[in-house]
Amino acid sequence: MTELPTIIKIKRIVDEAEDVKTFFFDYKIDFEPGQFFILWIPGLDEKPFAISHQNKEEIGMTIHKVGEFTKKLFLMKKGDKIGIRGPYGKGFSIKKSKSCVVGGGVGVAELSILINKLKDPVIINGARSKNNLVFLDRFKAHITTDDGSLGEKGFTTDVFSKLLETEKFDVVYTCGPEIMMKKIFEICEKHNIELQVSMERYMSCGFGVCGKCMCNDQIVCKDGPVFDSKKLRKMSEFGESARLRTGKKATLKEYYGK
Amino acid sequence: MLKTRISKIELDNPTILASGILGVTKDSLKRVIQNGAGAVTTKSISKEPRKGHKSPIILTEGDFMLNAVGISNPGVGEASKEFSALKELKAPVFGSIVGTTPEEFVEVLQGFSKNDFSAIEVPLSCPHTPGYGTMAGQGTPEATHKITSAIRDATKLPLIIKLSPNTQDLSKVAKAAEEAGADAICAVNSLGPGMKINIDVKKPVLGFGVGGLTGPALRPIAVRCVFDIYKSVDIPIIGTGGVTYGRDAIEMLMAGASAVGVGTAVYYREVNVFKKICDEMESWMKENNYTKIEQLIGAVHD
Repeated sequence: MTELPTIIKIKRIVDEAEDVKTFFFDYKIDFEPGQFFILWIPGLDEKPFAISHQNKEEIGMTIHKVGEFTKKLFLMKKGDKIGIRGPYGKGFSIKKSKSCVVGGGVGVAELSILINKLKDPVIINGARSKNNLVFLDRFKAHITTDDGSLGEKGFTTDVFSKLLETEKFDVVYTCGPEIMMKKIFEICEKHNIELQVSMERYMSCGFGVCGKCMCNDQIVCKDGPVFDSKKLRKMSEFGESARLRTGKKATLKEYYGK
Repeated sequence: MLKTRISKIELDNPTILASGILGVTKDSLKRVIQNGAGAVTTKSISKEPRKGHKSPIILTEGDFMLNAVGISNPGVGEASKEFSALKELKAPVFGSIVGTTPEEFVEVLQGFSKNDFSAIEVPLSCPHTPGYGTMAGQGTPEATHKITSAIRDATKLPLIIKLSPNTQDLSKVAKAAEEAGADAICAVNSLGPGMKINIDVKKPVLGFGVGGLTGPALRPIAVRCVFDIYKSVDIPIIGTGGVTYGRDAIEMLMAGASAVGVGTAVYYREVNVFKKICDEMESWMKENNYTKIEQLIGAVHD
């Protein structure tokens, strides 16, 4: 068993939205939708990301510029070398039933390989503002923005609730801000609908030994990052708290403000 | 059949979660206990919070793992809240403490005065963190004696001193710990440090450049260390280093250990490796007509 980065080259870079780009690499790899990979900028640091595009010859990762690592990544150019390892964790369990996919912000990118494998899912694509929406041309979706600059004004949770008045879903998949996912969970519980969420935590090793990504007794990088309703019901920290890099328990507000 | 003891601590079985694997949170310790560990050790806690080294902090290649986590931990203030009400857990919990001076070890210990640890483990042997362990010279017989004495004076809890395999003086170091009042020895910490270079980018892979080596590749060295220490001290030994299967655990006991540390094996065989090792030990013991762990401890010295 070996966990070492493989060096790949950036093939092309596509602008997707404000501070969001897709990086394409010549790299063939099998994985389940919802599993994640860890990118290494040699000498700088590593961070986990999901694959958002895959065809015979290449993969793409759609990445939001949020910190030091992604800032450096956004300065890289075609031909530059980067390390990749993975896939890690447990992905989505694909059901042959009527599904709804709820993506918040760049969370939509994490769901896109899943969407390609689902049969006619209903998609909700939401973001803060028009400039933050991704994949408007790629998927036919209910669009919503917090400020109403495109689509319905409001949150993905509002659109989801309204959809439930007229439609029935057997399973819901979601990825986005945890506060949003928690609300989707509450709505699904009320309507007795199975939910699968893709959770984000501070992950270092990616293979379940360093213990930094715990959410209650779940090792998010290994038991997750996708968790279903049955597990979520036992995870009191979901939507409430997360561990900082030191292991300190923090509110989500403190965690995201890190 | 698998019951054993370290000093006055009774263990249902000899597998102990080694410090540094999981162990950041109380819930993760609980999960390891549910998966069969006879005892668990927390991640090492320092006086102040530490972010640790930049990533990658851990890599593996075949039969070894290299890590340079850099003792990331929330500091004793937060950790004492995290590891509260440990009696709820169904196995003994060992608190691992680190410091840069003897006084600082004692301060961390005192920060845990209200926690229900069954023992205190003191690694004087971390090979990848400036200011601590072997990088600060804590692994010499003199430093070991000084630090162990200071902690001994400050607690009545069983005291386990964790040693580095990187010394010619291992028996002397173990003896120094015993003379200073240690109740047990944990041998060994990770070896090295070692280095893994990515030749395509001409850079070391680990963020810190170098890291301690663990996993099956470390096992023969750990077994030899336990063998040597068993001859030089009378206090019990926790044999740690590459224990992955039941047979490895039995080998470690025969070399002189009373219990075994299990860490990197969580990577090779998942978190239920504790139960797997215990089941494998039991069936080997039955096949070979052993009924008690005591019959195995130090058997190779007979």
